[in-house]
Amino acid sequence: MINAKKFNLLEFLKKNSVPLLFLALGMLGWVASGQPIPMVIKELVDRLSRNLILVLSLIIPITAGMGLNFAMVIGAMAGQFGLIFIKAIGLGGVSGVALAAAFSIPFAILFGIGTGAIMNRAKGKEMITGLILGFFANGLYQMVLLAGIGTVIPLKNPEIVLKAGVGLKNSMDFSLINYVLDRLIPIKVQLGYLVLWIPLVPIILVGLLCWFIVFLQKTKLGQNFRAIGQDKHIAEVAGINVDRTRTIAMVLSTILASFGQIMFIQNIGKLQTYFSHEQVGLFSAAALLIGGATITKATIGNAITGTLLFHLLFIVSPLAGKNLFGDAQIGEYFRSFIAYGVIAVAIVLYAMKKSRAKSQQDSDDMAS
Amino acid sequence: MKNPLAPIGSLWRGTTERFGYPKVFITLFLVLLCVLAVIQGQSMPGFLKDTLTRLSMIGVLTLAMVPGIVSGIGLNFGVSIGILTGLLAGCIGVELGFTGVGGFFLTNLVAIPISTIVGLGYGWLLNRVKGDEMTVSTYVGFSMVSLMCIFWLILPFKSPIMIWAIGGKGLRNTIAIKDTFGQALDNFLHIDMFGLQMPLGSLIWLAILCFLMWVFLRSKAGVTMSAAGDNPRFARAIGINVNKQRLLGTTLSTVLGAIGILAYAHGFGFFQLYVGPLNMPFIPVAAVLIGGATMRRVTISHVISGTILMQALLIIALPVISKIVPDGAFSEVIRIIVSNGVILYALTRSGGGK
Repeated sequence: MINAKKFNLLEFLKKNSVPLLFLALGMLGWVASGQPIPMVIKELVDRLSRNLILVLSLIIPITAGMGLNFAMVIGAMAGQFGLIFIKAIGLGGVSGVALAAAFSIPFAILFGIGTGAIMNRAKGKEMITGLILGFFANGLYQMVLLAGIGTVIPLKNPEIVLKAGVGLKNSMDFSLINYVLDRLIPIKVQLGYLVLWIPLVPIILVGLLCWFIVFLQKTKLGQNFRAIGQDKHIAEVAGINVDRTRTIAMVLSTILASFGQIMFIQNIGKLQTYFSHEQVGLFSAAALLIGGATITKATIGNAITGTLLFHLLFIVSPLAGKNLFGDAQIGEYFRSFIAYGVIAVAIVLYAMKKSRAKSQQDSDDMAS
Repeated sequence: MKNPLAPIGSLWRGTTERFGYPKVFITLFLVLLCVLAVIQGQSMPGFLKDTLTRLSMIGVLTLAMVPGIVSGIGLNFGVSIGILTGLLAGCIGVELGFTGVGGFFLTNLVAIPISTIVGLGYGWLLNRVKGDEMTVSTYVGFSMVSLMCIFWLILPFKSPIMIWAIGGKGLRNTIAIKDTFGQALDNFLHIDMFGLQMPLGSLIWLAILCFLMWVFLRSKAGVTMSAAGDNPRFARAIGINVNKQRLLGTTLSTVLGAIGILAYAHGFGFFQLYVGPLNMPFIPVAAVLIGGATMRRVTISHVISGTILMQALLIIALPVISKIVPDGAFSEVIRIIVSNGVILYALTRSGGGK
């Protein structure tokens, strides 16, 4: 009896070693930072509802065997097109958010199809291709917003257009949609000296999204994703249109990323026109991996725990760095090292496994 | 009836087949910009000088791509690891008070052992991730750059020209090296044309390194390495230790990355620490691809012509375009689109269709 229980504990530790490691790290950081609990909880609740949709948008491509979709920054750009649109016409509130989401959908579909087509030409190198594609799209995005606005796209609103009449300003105020979803159903909790708003509507939306992802797994399409994720060739033989299915996965991921970015700005209330989307892929991928996901397997649970743990580290590391080393910069560099490092380790582990399987096969071929 | 455009069509096909689409398109774009520049009355000798300076700065980094491609690890997106060791050696050089031409070469001598050790470790890792070298090297490079950010803050350097004046510790973001060994080669040896100083010294340094690489590729060792990179299974069958060749290629690439960043800083006059090296690898990767290299084949002429084309394009684009569209950010946008577009093109072309 006791033996069985001990075995389970070991199994649990082994299965969840990555999230547990980061939990320990986060806790140590929190102790070192000396930040009060209510403050940390408030920040965590804020950041969870702000980032979770973005992190969830990574799950579908992983199921389809395409790895971490670093091209999700393109989805974030589509979301920002929607946001710029509502800012230009000055529509705020819940209807503004809804319109921004609706406006971004055609862009997200188009970008998703494009991304899918490019990924299908670079099979086996989806992650690096997605990363470079994100950089490339960022160049096009900047070109459109710097040179296209005021010339091809007739936009005059002096609040967002640069003085010369061409190009968008660096940063835009989005107080017109700030917290409109978070505080649509106002629930306040007194946490010590702080007032915590429970973002009920975003929680419900995230819940619906999770249900959608789970539901999708059970449909024919979801089974096709999994079949392709396991083995593209067998899926092809089984009559699945691999390229088309992978493109659908990309389109879905891109749409979710655009919604995620709109939710993010809704909470932050400010858009850095040329930078807000840049780090989205890095932080979302790192969060998902810290939650225990791998390059080939990710669940909603991974996304939720990962977002919590990653942002716990984010909240505490500057102050922890300051208290431990006398320099807040060290904490900030440490957290960006964690973000890049966890992705690097995940990719190395995945590639080692793949390479070992391949060399095994090679030597079998040689022997036969 | 014969199509009157047929000769042009076949010339186009022949050219693109021989040089590859990126090189042809970039050349045409560059020619267009040059024509515009002449019409606008821009200073052409100035462009020539800037292009040669940039060639001497970036050429060695681009050369660092060669051993990677030849030994079969592909485009070395992790050359930032070599860059970091080069910067570390550079800081050591400044700390020890190295100056002038001798100081520059002494700093390179410091860089070689450090980058060799690191390169061996990096090569060991890449041998375990065959088939995913590029993704792995990109993210390992990113994480090393962010890890080194912490070390730049805490390493015990003392030289007052390198550390923050306030607080008295931690290396600065940019370190001016004009008074130590920055531009030493060009101060020592330069040629005056059109009333401008052309950087002859650093170009000769680049030429020496390119020549050494050229000799290496034709030596027995070089031929063995390209055999291992070209067809690993065949190479293994004739008794070549493929892993050892890849290790050698990666280490060589890392060492050249270290020497390359020193050449870069030498021409630029500054070390850029912290996140400076983060996106640095994409510059030489794009340059060598523009030159006509693929993920499996590269020559020294790809290195030189690619670096010249890319840098000339960026240098000439800034003033020409800013006369048409008055916005300073625009040439940066062109850099992003051109360099990533070329890399993307190479990634989608490299097969793996199955």
